[in-house]
Amino acid sequence: MHQSTRVAARWIEAVLLVAVALVFVFPFLWMFLTAFKTMPEVYQFPPTWLPETWQFANFETAWSSGPFLRYVINSVLVAIGVLIIQLLTAVPAAYAFARYRFRGRNFLFGLALIALMIPPQVIFLPIYVELSHMGLINTLWSLVLPYGASAFGIFLLRQAFMQVPDEVIEAARLDSASEWKIMWRVMVPMAKPVLVTFGLFSFIYHWNDYFWPLIMTNSDEVRTLPVGITMLKAAEGGKQWNVIMAGNMMLVLPILAIFFFAQRHIMKAFVYQSK
Amino acid sequence: MQQVVKKYNNQTVVKGLDLVIPDGSFTVLVGPSGCGKSTTLRMIAGLEEITAGDLLIDGQRVNDLAPGKRDVAMVFQNYALYPTMNVFDNIAFGLLNRGFSKKDCKRMVEEIAEIVGLSSYLQRKPAELSGGQRQRVALARAMVKKPRVFLMDEPLSNLDAKLRNQMRVELTSLHKQLGTTFIYVTHDQVEAMTMGDQIVVMNEGEIMQKASPFELYQQPANLFVAQFIGSPAMNILPTDKESIGFRPEKAMLTAGSARTIQPAAGFVDHGRIVAREILGSDVLYYVSGRAGKIIARKAADELLAEGTEVTVSVAAEHLYRFDQETGRALSVAAIKQESLPSGGLG
Ligand SMILES: Nc1ncnc2c1ncn2[C@@H]1O[C@H](COP(=O)(O)OP(=O)(O)OP(=O)(O)O)[C@@H](O)[C@H]1O
Ligand SMILES: [Mg+2]
Repeated sequence: MHQSTRVAARWIEAVLLVAVALVFVFPFLWMFLTAFKTMPEVYQFPPTWLPETWQFANFETAWSSGPFLRYVINSVLVAIGVLIIQLLTAVPAAYAFARYRFRGRNFLFGLALIALMIPPQVIFLPIYVELSHMGLINTLWSLVLPYGASAFGIFLLRQAFMQVPDEVIEAARLDSASEWKIMWRVMVPMAKPVLVTFGLFSFIYHWNDYFWPLIMTNSDEVRTLPVGITMLKAAEGGKQWNVIMAGNMMLVLPILAIFFFAQRHIMKAFVYQSK
Repeated sequence: MQQVVKKYNNQTVVKGLDLVIPDGSFTVLVGPSGCGKSTTLRMIAGLEEITAGDLLIDGQRVNDLAPGKRDVAMVFQNYALYPTMNVFDNIAFGLLNRGFSKKDCKRMVEEIAEIVGLSSYLQRKPAELSGGQRQRVALARAMVKKPRVFLMDEPLSNLDAKLRNQMRVELTSLHKQLGTTFIYVTHDQVEAMTMGDQIVVMNEGEIMQKASPFELYQQPANLFVAQFIGSPAMNILPTDKESIGFRPEKAMLTAGSARTIQPAAGFVDHGRIVAREILGSDVLYYVSGRAGKIIARKAADELLAEGTEVTVSVAAEHLYRFDQETGRALSVAAIKQESLPSGGLG
């Protein structure tokens, strides 16, 4: 009796997990398969699962239908540029919030938290105006600079820095380490799982971001991948879903690859935090 | 230290400390929990701001000097190693920050590692070491900087008893070898007595006495020190104007109620043994006497049974007298006959 309810519970659990996984996996799978189909196959009803012959040519079409290499380089520059600047600002800010007592600390931290809750759609207009005054619209800077400070990063790192025992910092002070050195040589390595997680979130967000580059750019030289791919839609009259999906594959593959390699750190970050 | 005061939010935890720590000494700060030992040490290190007073090292006022510039090294109770660095980097970190070249660092770290027996562990992370080994890394990290002063805050309290004894001996010999000033905080009086050449007993943010271990034991300056140092504590029996005290091992026990045992006895009392503890070589007797509860420590050659009526006597030269109000020690002398509570006389 006891045994059988247990077994039943595990079955239900397994079924639910598979169902949830399917919901997430299905679109990916569909994108993957569509990327290899011909257009008639895409519109075929009832739909087929596997393409009759695997159309690798779709990728070539996608790649050659625009300056794709340019898009990729731009995307990499933007995502990595944003990440570097965010780390350069978030680490000292988080260190100060976690470790210094100063006037207005709680107020300032509150402001940072509010920034966390404001979506970019709300504030893009004034930023656009400001950037255009500075003559930065339609440059890569317009994609990087507005994201230079990450409230999310400050918040996450502050939590991680607060876990570091006081004595370790004091030991570093007695070891004649400057505050800068304590930050980067002692605190940052100790917060590595959190840093990796944050880096991944930030990278993925800006790699995938569609809204901001769409607004801030209007020429191919500075467009990023997501915007470039939607340009495929307009190409050659009708919507070439198979080519668009091939483009999307190129968009998500790097992220899947990074995720695959960083998985261990991400798990660690979340396990630490729930302890 | 001159009149050093530390306040936390108007609560004074260190009250006007006046203390000279001689160059090359092994000074132990000892006292009950919360008496301000760690705070004092941290002020010397520069980790706590000094509210008032002056801190001088080699005659130079260092109140406002950053910890890293004071040329002191500290060993923390929980070691405080850098968890992400291996042993080598842990030890080398302070050197690199002080501008030593990579090559010099390597040589110095290897030298120190040899001394503390860590040579084969240099590539390990702290998490992969035992408690004793971590302790050694912490020591090596402090030693390698060749500081003017070593500060240690209960560095042995996380070790098991056997390792603690071993490290105690090692630390003492290390001190002899280096000849550097050690300031060592502990609440363990055995550690204090065995390691220190100067012991500072603190209570509630004040120095109760500063003396050598021998002097501290033989001539406690006040009731607090008398009771804090020694185990079991000194017997204290209050009288009208003053308290008298004597060490448990100085008390003579004789079965029966014979009156004259020790011609020179300064204190005599009668009572019954209510309990006893056999420690191995020694036995502790808890005697309920007329003057109060008395603990006596005897060699375990012959045992007295519980319930035995005994006479307790103490030679006059082993009696201590303390002022009833201030607790301060009065000159050691025989107790006047009439001041004894109810017991007899010598
Ligand atoms: N940061 C602080 N803020 C307020 N009070 C403090 C702070 N640090 C210590 N105290 C208080 O100062 C007093 C002395 O503390 P300290 O750590 O020096 O004691 P200690 O002698 O080292 O005790 P222990 O043997 O338990 O380590 C204690 O009453 C403690 O509550
Ligand atoms: Mg302490």
